[in-house]
Amino acid sequence: MKHIDEFRDGALARRIAARIAAAADPARNYSFMEFCGGHTHAISRYGVLELLPENVRMIHGPGCPVCVLPIGRIDLAIGLALQQRVILCTYGDTMRVPASEQLSLLKAKARGADIRMVYSAADALQLAQQNPAREVVFFAIGFETTTPPTALVIRDAQRLGLHNFSVLCCHVLTPSAITHILQSPEVRQYGTVPIDGFIGPAHVSIVIGSAPYAHFAEEYRKPVVIAGFEPLDVLQAIDMLLRQVNEGRAEVENEFTRAVTPHGNQAAQALVAQVFELRPSFEWRGLGEVPYSALKIRPTYAEFDAERSFGLDYRSVPDHKACECGAILRGVKKPTDCKIFGNVCTPENPIGSCMVSSEGACAAHYTYGRFRDIPLVAAAAEALPA
Amino acid sequence: MKDQTPPNASAEPGHATAAAAPKKNYVRPLDLRKGRIDMGHGSGGKAATQLVQELFLPELDNPWLRQNDDGARLELPGFDPAQGRLVMACDAHVVSPLFFPGGDLGSLAVHGTLNDVAMLGARPLYLSATFIIEEGFALADLQRIARSMGQAARAAGVPVVTADTKVVEQGKGDGVFISTTGVGVVAPGVHISGSQARVGDAILLSGSVGDHGVAVLSQRESLAFETQIESDSAALHTLVADMLAAAPGALHALRDPTRGGLATALNEIARQSGVGMMLQEAAIPVRPQVEAACELLGLDPLYVANEGKLVAICAPEAADALLAALRAHPLGRDAACIGVVQADPHQFVQMQTRFGGRRVVDWLSAEQLPRIC
Amino acid sequence: MCLAIPALLLQRLEHEQGLIELGGIRKSISLALVPEAAAGDYVIVHVGHAIGLLDAEEAQRTLDIFAEIERFEELEPQPLAPTPPMQAAPRTREFTP
Repeated sequence: MKHIDEFRDGALARRIAARIAAAADPARNYSFMEFCGGHTHAISRYGVLELLPENVRMIHGPGCPVCVLPIGRIDLAIGLALQQRVILCTYGDTMRVPASEQLSLLKAKARGADIRMVYSAADALQLAQQNPAREVVFFAIGFETTTPPTALVIRDAQRLGLHNFSVLCCHVLTPSAITHILQSPEVRQYGTVPIDGFIGPAHVSIVIGSAPYAHFAEEYRKPVVIAGFEPLDVLQAIDMLLRQVNEGRAEVENEFTRAVTPHGNQAAQALVAQVFELRPSFEWRGLGEVPYSALKIRPTYAEFDAERSFGLDYRSVPDHKACECGAILRGVKKPTDCKIFGNVCTPENPIGSCMVSSEGACAAHYTYGRFRDIPLVAAAAEALPA
Repeated sequence: MKDQTPPNASAEPGHATAAAAPKKNYVRPLDLRKGRIDMGHGSGGKAATQLVQELFLPELDNPWLRQNDDGARLELPGFDPAQGRLVMACDAHVVSPLFFPGGDLGSLAVHGTLNDVAMLGARPLYLSATFIIEEGFALADLQRIARSMGQAARAAGVPVVTADTKVVEQGKGDGVFISTTGVGVVAPGVHISGSQARVGDAILLSGSVGDHGVAVLSQRESLAFETQIESDSAALHTLVADMLAAAPGALHALRDPTRGGLATALNEIARQSGVGMMLQEAAIPVRPQVEAACELLGLDPLYVANEGKLVAICAPEAADALLAALRAHPLGRDAACIGVVQADPHQFVQMQTRFGGRRVVDWLSAEQLPRIC
Repeated sequence: MCLAIPALLLQRLEHEQGLIELGGIRKSISLALVPEAAAGDYVIVHVGHAIGLLDAEEAQRTLDIFAEIERFEELEPQPLAPTPPMQAAPRTREFTP
C-alpha cells in the first residue's frame, strides 16, 4: 500500500534507532508522552519499544476518546436505547465499554436495545432516512479528527429537513487535555511534569494544524513533535524530541509534513465552528472535570441535539477505588504500578478506562507488551534441531 | 529484553519472577442466574470458550467433550479400534449475509463440518444437516442454498445422508440457520489433537489469512467495497490426506482457523498443549486486498475468520515434506512455515514483527469490531 | 486516536463523494471536508471521509530524511542497545518458496 508500507520498513527503523541510541545521553533519562491512542497502538503493534535505548521511556497519554469517555455518558447512550427505544448508532469502539449496572452497549443489545454499529456518521443519517417512524440517535465520540464528519451530518440533517435524527455529542478537544496534564497536581509537587516532550497526534493535527501546539512549547517549555501514524514516523519523532531536549529547545516541529500544515483543514474547522460550541466544562474519565475541553451542539441546530430533545441529565459515576487510570493517563504511574492490573483488571474484565480500548495504556501493555514483564524461558532455542 | 520497569521494582500483581508460576488472571465467571447471552459469546474467542466450559461442560460432562477438540474420537462396540476409530464433529452456520462472494451458507455448512472432521486427521464419510428456516424466507433462496450444499457435498465425495427441517415464526431467525454433523474414520496410529504440539515443532499455514471474514464483512452495507474479495470457503480433507501420506506420524495438531482467526486457533493449541509459540510476521501470507480492507476498518488479519485454511503443527524434520505436499495441492499453493513452538509456562503466542520488534499475539476475549481509533 | 489511512482518489462522484483505491480495494467515501481534492490526489480517509490531502513530494522528502541516515552509518556504525540473551529468537526454519 502506497504511502503506508514504506513507512513500516524494518531496515530504516534500525537506522533511525541507531541514531536515537547515539543521541540519547546515557547520563540522563528521557520521558516522552505520545498523546494519541493511534500512536500507542502503533508502538505496541510494531514493537517500537524494543528499538529504543533503556533510558528513553514512552508514556501513553489520554488520547483515546473511548478511554476518556466517562461511564455516565455511556449510561446516557444505553438509556436512550433501552428506555427511549431509539435506534442508537455507534462506532465499534464503544460497544464493549463497561458502564453502570454491569451493562455495556453490547449487553444492552442482548436485552433488546436496537443498537447498530456504523462505520461512518453518514450511515446513521441514512438509517434515519430509511426509518422515518423511528428516532435515530448517533453516539458521537472522538477528538478533532472525528468531529468534522459529525458536523457534516448535522448540517445535512438540517438541509434534508429530518425530524427523527439527533446526535449525542461527546466530542473532546486535544489541546485542553494536554494543558490539563501539564497542570496536574504533580506539577506542584515536583515543580514540573515528569514528561520531557510530546509526540503530537497525527490525524487531529491534519484537521487543526500545527499552530495550536505552539502554546505548549512556549508556555510550558516542552518540545512537541507532530508525528505521522506509522512506526517510522514515531521513531523519527522520538529522535527529533531527543535532540530538542539535548539542545535545550522547546519548539513545535512537524514530522508529518506530508499531511499536516500550520493551519490545518480550514474547511473542516469552519464547519465544526458552525455547528458546535465549547462546553464550559466536561468530565473526562480519569482526569475529572476539564474546562473548555469538549463541544456541544449550537442552539441553531438544537433539534439535532439528543441531550436537549430527550431531556438527558448527565450523572457522574466514579471509577473503582483501586483504579490508577488518572495517574496513568497523566503519565505519573505505569500500568504495572496499578495493583489490579492484569489480575482483576484485564481486557475481558476492564475496570478502568485505560483497559477498555486497545489504545489505552493498560490494554496496550497487556495485549502487546506484558510479556516484557515476565522473563521467558528460552529453552526452545536449544531444543530446535540444527 | 527491553523492560520499562525500574530494576528495583517490587513484585506486584501482574509481575512474575522467573521462578513464580504465571499469575492467574481474574475472569469473571458467567452469571448463570441473571446473565444473558450476548454476541461476544458467539465469536469464537475466550467468551465463547467460557460459555462451553462453564455452562455446557458441567451439564453434559464426559471424557470426549472434555478433550476440547473440534470433534470427538469414538469407539464402536464390537469394532476393532486397530482398524481405525470413528470420529464425529458438528457445526452450526449462522452467517449473515447468506450469500457472499466465494460461497454461501450452504457451501459453508458443508465445508465447515468436513473440515472439523479432517482436523482430527480423519476421512469424512457422511454428513447430516438440519435447517431452521424463518417464516417468509424465499423458496428461491432456499433452493439456491440447497443446490450449493449439494454441489459442495458431491465435490467432496461426502453425501448428506439425513436431514431435518423446522420452521420458526418470522422474526425468530435470520432467514435460515443450518446445523451439520459429520462422521468419519481416522486411521489407527493417527493421533492428531490440539494437545499434541511439542517444543521445537514447526508451525505451518496452508495459505493466506483473512479472506473469508473480509468477504463477509464487505457485504454489509456500511462496509461495502466495490472490489470483490472472495471467501476461501473450501473442503480441506483431501489436503489433509495428502499431508498424512507425506509424513505419517509427524503431524501433531491441525486446526482450521475459523471464527477468531489464526491468532485464536494458535492460542487454543498453545493452551491445550501447554506451550508457547514464536511466529514470523513476514512469513504469514495475507492478500494485499485483504490487508488493505483490514487497514481501512482497523482490523488485524490475524483475528479474521478463514474457511478454507489450516494450521498444522508438525515435527520439525517433517516440515519440508509437509510443505511440499501442501504446495502440490490446489488449496495449499501459498503454504508457508510461519513459526515454531517453544517452551513457555505462560503459553504466549509471540510474533517477530516485520518491523523488527516483538509483540504478543494475544487471545482476544471476543470478536474484533471495526474501530475508528 | 483516529484510524486514518492514505488512499488514492480515483475519481470524483456526485453528491460530494469520491472513489478511492487502497491496495486493490475500491470504496466510495465523502469528499465534503476536502472539496479541493482531485482525481490522482492521495487523501487521508477517516470514518468514511477524506479529512486532508497527502503531499506526495513531502512524503518522499520524509523518506529521504529517514534514509539519509545511511550516510552517517557508513562512517561509523553505532551499536544498538545491547540485546539481552533472552531476546535471541528461536531460529525458525526458512523455506524458499
